Amino acid sequence: MTPQAVSKPIHYRYFINMGPQHPSTHGVLRLVVGLYGEYVLSLEPVIGYGHRMQELMAERRPWPAFLPNTARMDYACGLPHQHCYLLAIEKMLGIAVAQRGEYLRVITTEINRIVSHLLWLGANLLDLGAFTPILYCFDDRENFLDILEDVTGSRLTHCWYRAGGVLNDVPADFADRLRAVIKRMYGRFEIYKNLVTDNIIFQKRTKDIGIITPDLARRYGATGPVLRGSGIAYDIRKSMPYSIYPQLDFDIPVGEQGDCFDRYIVHIEEMRQSLRIIEQCIDRLPEGEVRTKLPKKMTLPPGDCTFSVEGARGEVTYYLVGDGSDVPYRLKVRAPCFSNLSLLPELCEDMLLADMIATMGSLDLVIPEVDR
Amino acid sequence: MDILSNIPPHLFRMIIAVAVVLGFVFANATVMGYLERKLAGRFQRRLGPMEVGWHGILQMPVDGIKLIAKQLIVPDNVAGILFYVAPLIAMSPVALPFLVIPFAPGLQVIDLDVGAIFVLTMISFNTVAVFLAGWSSNNNYAMIGAMRAVAQNIAYEIPILLSVLAIGLMTNTFSMKGIIEAQKSIWFIIVQPAAFIMMFICSIAETNRAPFDLPEAESELTAGFHTEYSGIAFSLFMIAEYTYMFVNCCLVATLFLGGWKGIPLPFGDYSSCIWFFAKVYFLMFVIVWCRWTFPRVRFDQLMNFAWKYLIPFSLVNLLITAILVKLL
Repeated sequence: MTPQAVSKPIHYRYFINMGPQHPSTHGVLRLVVGLYGEYVLSLEPVIGYGHRMQELMAERRPWPAFLPNTARMDYACGLPHQHCYLLAIEKMLGIAVAQRGEYLRVITTEINRIVSHLLWLGANLLDLGAFTPILYCFDDRENFLDILEDVTGSRLTHCWYRAGGVLNDVPADFADRLRAVIKRMYGRFEIYKNLVTDNIIFQKRTKDIGIITPDLARRYGATGPVLRGSGIAYDIRKSMPYSIYPQLDFDIPVGEQGDCFDRYIVHIEEMRQSLRIIEQCIDRLPEGEVRTKLPKKMTLPPGDCTFSVEGARGEVTYYLVGDGSDVPYRLKVRAPCFSNLSLLPELCEDMLLADMIATMGSLDLVIPEVDR
Repeated sequence: MDILSNIPPHLFRMIIAVAVVLGFVFANATVMGYLERKLAGRFQRRLGPMEVGWHGILQMPVDGIKLIAKQLIVPDNVAGILFYVAPLIAMSPVALPFLVIPFAPGLQVIDLDVGAIFVLTMISFNTVAVFLAGWSSNNNYAMIGAMRAVAQNIAYEIPILLSVLAIGLMTNTFSMKGIIEAQKSIWFIIVQPAAFIMMFICSIAETNRAPFDLPEAESELTAGFHTEYSGIAFSLFMIAEYTYMFVNCCLVATLFLGGWKGIPLPFGDYSSCIWFFAKVYFLMFVIVWCRWTFPRVRFDQLMNFAWKYLIPFSLVNLLITAILVKLL
């Protein structure tokens, strides 16, 4: 438990500026932290250093030309964003998606989720001062990235989904390679258990630290592993099923009290569930076309459309307004990290500086997604 | 030859000793820097430095040249002379503990009655340097790092001293040579395992190594007390850290692992020296191993560990030792 300081008079407060260049703000986040000794009295996130006007860009070009941008919102897990954008477009235009294409989309999305969670795991432990696990995570991540690279052609900013399916079919040895990597990954969880979960220092640093109560999570609209760590089983894949997820068998892991340790457990369990989803999808992967034939130019009908998917960090929502041309009239993106970041000031009051870093790391923030 | 014969021999010996010790300090930092990076590579399933020289063996000299050649960037608002003095204070006392460390039966400059205490005193100088560096940098990160360093060093020096006292009670002397002689039949690690473990943990904390590297916790304080230092000033801190690590390990090896004693090797007089260095570098290996395995502890956990566990346990250990020494 965090010990309480005797008294923390506000006029003894001094400030440190964490970021935009700081080892543990992971990107261009700036935190104005008011400290008393090592206790955090106030905390104010300053965002916008990575603002690229993504939404405005979407309103200035035909909708297919915006596809590459969607993967650049969240660099660590771009495919759910792309998936969400296309599902919104397809819902608006009434496009039927090729079954094989949809399966491949789900497989790659889940691979991307695992890749993202592995990155989080390594980076979070780096925040706690453990240097070694991140290399193990990157070792595993590399296997998945190799497969993604052979399929989508890129390692980070994938642009592979197209309206009606995916760009091209997967290589012939895709399923076998993926099975081998999945088998290896199941074995790797044991290593993480020995190296991280059972480590007494890790447990001391994360248990009972940064407790997000269900009430706090609801008030700020937190989603994803942050919300599920607090014990609320809310996952868009189950609560608002889309794509082929209703046909798949997987569980939603939840934590008990919402501390950093619970969020860690949720992340690890989600990787397991993603592996299960991928296995089922490979087994059932249908033959046939990967993309339905579509006319060259498709205009968006007047009206609007909202679609939500479960990204690696929570609920990704795309709100699209069409006005009869092929350029969207308005695109609004709901990025989960923005909501998750917004609860940080309330969460971190009266915390020690080191706990604040650990808590911020456990929220899995990707700042370009917040700034857009 | 006439000129040489005019120089008094002890002055001549002193110059050689200074040259050898300084050479050793830098060589040790180079070797340890290389070993640490290589070992870290092993622990992390990668190769470590491989590019410069055979298996990257020239990496550290090249890095040293880079650091020396680098511009010393001094921020405008630092506290003047103190900022420059701090790395020198970190560096200058590191040679003194070498005076009393017995590397081999004849290889000891001077055998002080209070050898062990003298080593501990010299090690404590590091705290002053770290605090000056943090204070004069005029940087909040550096300040927090310096405050942590002082609190940590005060807390962890007490159990070290109590452990050394337990040895002192058994040997009736603090002379390093005398302590080694007293381990003729049995190493003190077997007689005093609790003291050994406590002393070793405290040595890690004392030299600010992970998992106790709070003064320079990079995820919280960017670089802690040396945030504002660049180039050779930064590397002086690093060299000092490696040397203090070496000195601490020498102390532990002398007090608990029998110093130069070991199974005779076929190297004549050198074998005892080899044994000593083998023990010291083994301890350093363990320290590096800990660093690359464990996450960092939190500051209040660190202090609680010292005040609530280490100090009471070492007091009890001292008491039991005293009673047993009296009775037996």
